[in-house]
Amino acid sequence: MSMQVSNGSGTQLSRRDAYLRSHLTNLTPSPDPLGLDDLRHTAQALVKEQTFPSTKDEEWRFTDLSAMLDLDFHLSLDQQPALSPLDVADVVLPEAAQSRITLVNGRYVAGLSALGDLPKGFIIGSLANLLQDPQLRPRLSQYLAQSQGSNETFAALNTAGFQDAAVIWIPKDERIEFPIHLLNLALPGSAPTLALPRCLVIAEAHSQLTLVEEFRGIGQGDYFTNAVTELYLADGAQVRHTRLQREGPATFHIGRTAVAQAQNSEYAGCAIAFGARLARHNWHIHQNGPQTQTQVHGLAVAQGTQVADLHSSVHFTQPHGSADQLHKCIVDDRAHSVFNGKIFVPRQAQQTNANQLNRNLLLSDRAKVDTKPQLEIIADNVKCAHGATVSQLQPDEIFYLQSRGIDQSQAQRLLIYGFAMEIVEKIPVESVRQRLSERLKQV
Amino acid sequence: MINPGSEVILSVEDLRAEVDGIEILKGINLEVKAGEIHAIMGLNGSGKSTLSKVLAGHPDYTVTGGKAVFKGQDLLALEPHERATAGVFLAFQYPLEIPGVSNRDFLRVAYNAQRKAKGEDEIDVFDFDDLLEERLDVVKMDFSFLDRSVNEGFSGGEKKRNEILQMALLKPGLAILDETDSGLDIDALKTVAAGVNQLASPDNCMVLITHYQRLLGYIVPDFVHVMADGRIIRTGQKELAEQLEAKGYDWVLAEAAEVSA
Repeated sequence: MSMQVSNGSGTQLSRRDAYLRSHLTNLTPSPDPLGLDDLRHTAQALVKEQTFPSTKDEEWRFTDLSAMLDLDFHLSLDQQPALSPLDVADVVLPEAAQSRITLVNGRYVAGLSALGDLPKGFIIGSLANLLQDPQLRPRLSQYLAQSQGSNETFAALNTAGFQDAAVIWIPKDERIEFPIHLLNLALPGSAPTLALPRCLVIAEAHSQLTLVEEFRGIGQGDYFTNAVTELYLADGAQVRHTRLQREGPATFHIGRTAVAQAQNSEYAGCAIAFGARLARHNWHIHQNGPQTQTQVHGLAVAQGTQVADLHSSVHFTQPHGSADQLHKCIVDDRAHSVFNGKIFVPRQAQQTNANQLNRNLLLSDRAKVDTKPQLEIIADNVKCAHGATVSQLQPDEIFYLQSRGIDQSQAQRLLIYGFAMEIVEKIPVESVRQRLSERLKQV
Repeated sequence: MINPGSEVILSVEDLRAEVDGIEILKGINLEVKAGEIHAIMGLNGSGKSTLSKVLAGHPDYTVTGGKAVFKGQDLLALEPHERATAGVFLAFQYPLEIPGVSNRDFLRVAYNAQRKAKGEDEIDVFDFDDLLEERLDVVKMDFSFLDRSVNEGFSGGEKKRNEILQMALLKPGLAILDETDSGLDIDALKTVAAGVNQLASPDNCMVLITHYQRLLGYIVPDFVHVMADGRIIRTGQKELAEQLEAKGYDWVLAEAAEVSA
C-alpha cells in the first residue's frame, strides 16, 4: 500500500494509483488452473503499470469512473450459483433452445446452458473444458487475447483474471441455421462483485453465424462487469452479432468487443444498451482485407442518472471496404450519453465507403449528450460521411399524432418507440426484436 | 349537398387568432351543415391554412376571440386529440414522417383511440387488418403500404393518399383538407378526389382549403369562400371558383375594398 496523504485529492490520487493493482491481488491463483500463466503474467504486468482512468485521460473525458473508487470489488467465489433453469426461463430465446451458453459471474454453468448435438467440427462451449483437449489448446491459444488493443487497461484486467470463457468456433463453409445465445448473468453477492466474462468467436472461411450476446443483471447489489469479446472472421465469413446490455441498476459495465475481419467478410453488429448505472462499450473493428463490410449499429437508452457510453472505431486498411454506423441514444431525466466514433481511412484504403451518424433524442432539460464523430481520412478516392444530431421530440410530430386522436403522452411514447425501433428492426432474431419492442413501449 | 333542414356541424363566429403576437385570423364567420362541401380559396398568406390549424388545435396558434362550435361542443375548449375523437379531421398539407412506426400500427393506435373515447373496446390486430383491407380500396393503395413507416420515403401523392386513408378509417364528422391537391399529378389528384367523394355523405361535411380551382373540377363544392387578410371577403357557389380561375383574385379584393370603404 502506498503512503496515504491526508488531504482529499492526494488520497484520491494514491487510491487511483493503487486501485487496479489491488484488484489483481485477488484474481488468479498461481499456477493458473487454465494453464494460461504466460498470458496472465503479461496482462498483470500491463495492469500494474496503469493508473485508474480519470476524466483527464482523453479516452475517458466524458465518462467519470470515480464512483468506482469507493467500492472494492471481488470475484465471486461461488462455483455453483443458486440459480435454477426456472430463473432464466423468461430470458432464454426460443430460437436458441439448443444453442445457449450461460456464464454466471463469468463462469460457465452447464445446468443453465443448452447445447444440442452439433455437427462435426463445430466447437461451442466452455474454454476451461476445451483447453483440456491437447489438440484444441494450441488452436485456441492462437486467438485468445490476440486481438488488437488487448493491452488496453480493462481488456488486460480481464485477461489477467478471467475464470472461463464462451467459445464459438464455426468451421469452414459451415453455417448454423439457428442463433447462438450467449447469456452472461450477473448475480451480485453481499459484497461488491467483480465479473470478468469473456467470449471468443472464430468464424472460419465462408462460414455463417448469428450470435446474440446478452448481459443480464439479476439482483440489485454493487457489481462490476469487465467483459471482453473477440471475434475473428476469416475470408468471406458472415457474422451477425447482437449485443444486449441489460445489467442491474448498481452495475458498472465496461465491455470490449474486438472484431478482426479478413477479406470479403461481413460483420453486422447491433448493440442495444438499457442497463447499468454506468456502461461503457468499446467496440473496435479492424478490416484486415479488401472488400470487407462492416455494420455497427446501436441504441442506448439512459434514464435516471445512468451513463451510457459507446466508443467505437473502424480501421480500414485495404481498398473497397465499407462501413455503416447508425448509433441512437434516448436520454431522459439526468442521464448522460456519450458517443465517440472513429473511422480511420489510411492511404491504401481507396474506394472506401463509410457512413456514420449519431442521433440523440433528449427527453429532459437536465439530460446530457456528448457526441464526437471522428473521421480520419488520408486516402483521396473515398466516399465518407459522418454527422451527429441532438434533438427533442418535435411539437409538429406530436400534433400530427394528436390530430388523429392520440393523446399527448401516448404520442410522445409512440415517437420515442419509433426512434428506437429503427435500430431494433436491424436485429435478425425475431424473439429479441419482440422483447425489445415490448420493453421500448415502457420508455 | 345543400339541405336547409340539416344539422349544423361547424359554426365559427368572429374567430380571431394570432401567432407570435401577430394577428392572422381577424374575425372568421363560417357555418357548415351536414352534407355540405365548402371550399375556402385565397392567396398565400390569406390565413386559410391557419384557420384549419386553429380548428384542429395546433399549439403554435393562440385564439384571441370568437367561437368555434362543433356539433354543439365548444371546440376551442378541447385538446387536439379530443377534437379528433369528437370527429374533427385535418388532412395535412405536409403530412409528417414518423420513422420506426409502421403505418399499420399508427392507424390501429389512432383507430383504437377513437373507439376508446367512445367507450368501445379496442379492436384486435386481425379484425383491424380486415377493416383496413376494405378501406385501402378507397385510395387504391396496396397492402404493402402498411408495413412501411408512416409517410417515410412516401412520394407526395402517397402521403396525400395516406391522409385520405386515415380519413376513410376514422370517418370524421368534419374533414378539413388543407391543400390536399398541392403537389399531386393528375392521376393522384383523381384518385384522391374519388376517395373524398366516396367518403362524403349526408351525415358529414368537408372543408377544402385550396389555392386553385383544379381540385374543384373533381370535388364539386356547395359553397366557395374567398379569404383575404384573415377574413372571408366573399361567399358564392361553385361558379365563383371558376371566375377566380379565369380572372384571378384582384377583382374580388378590389370589390371587397370598395365595400369596406
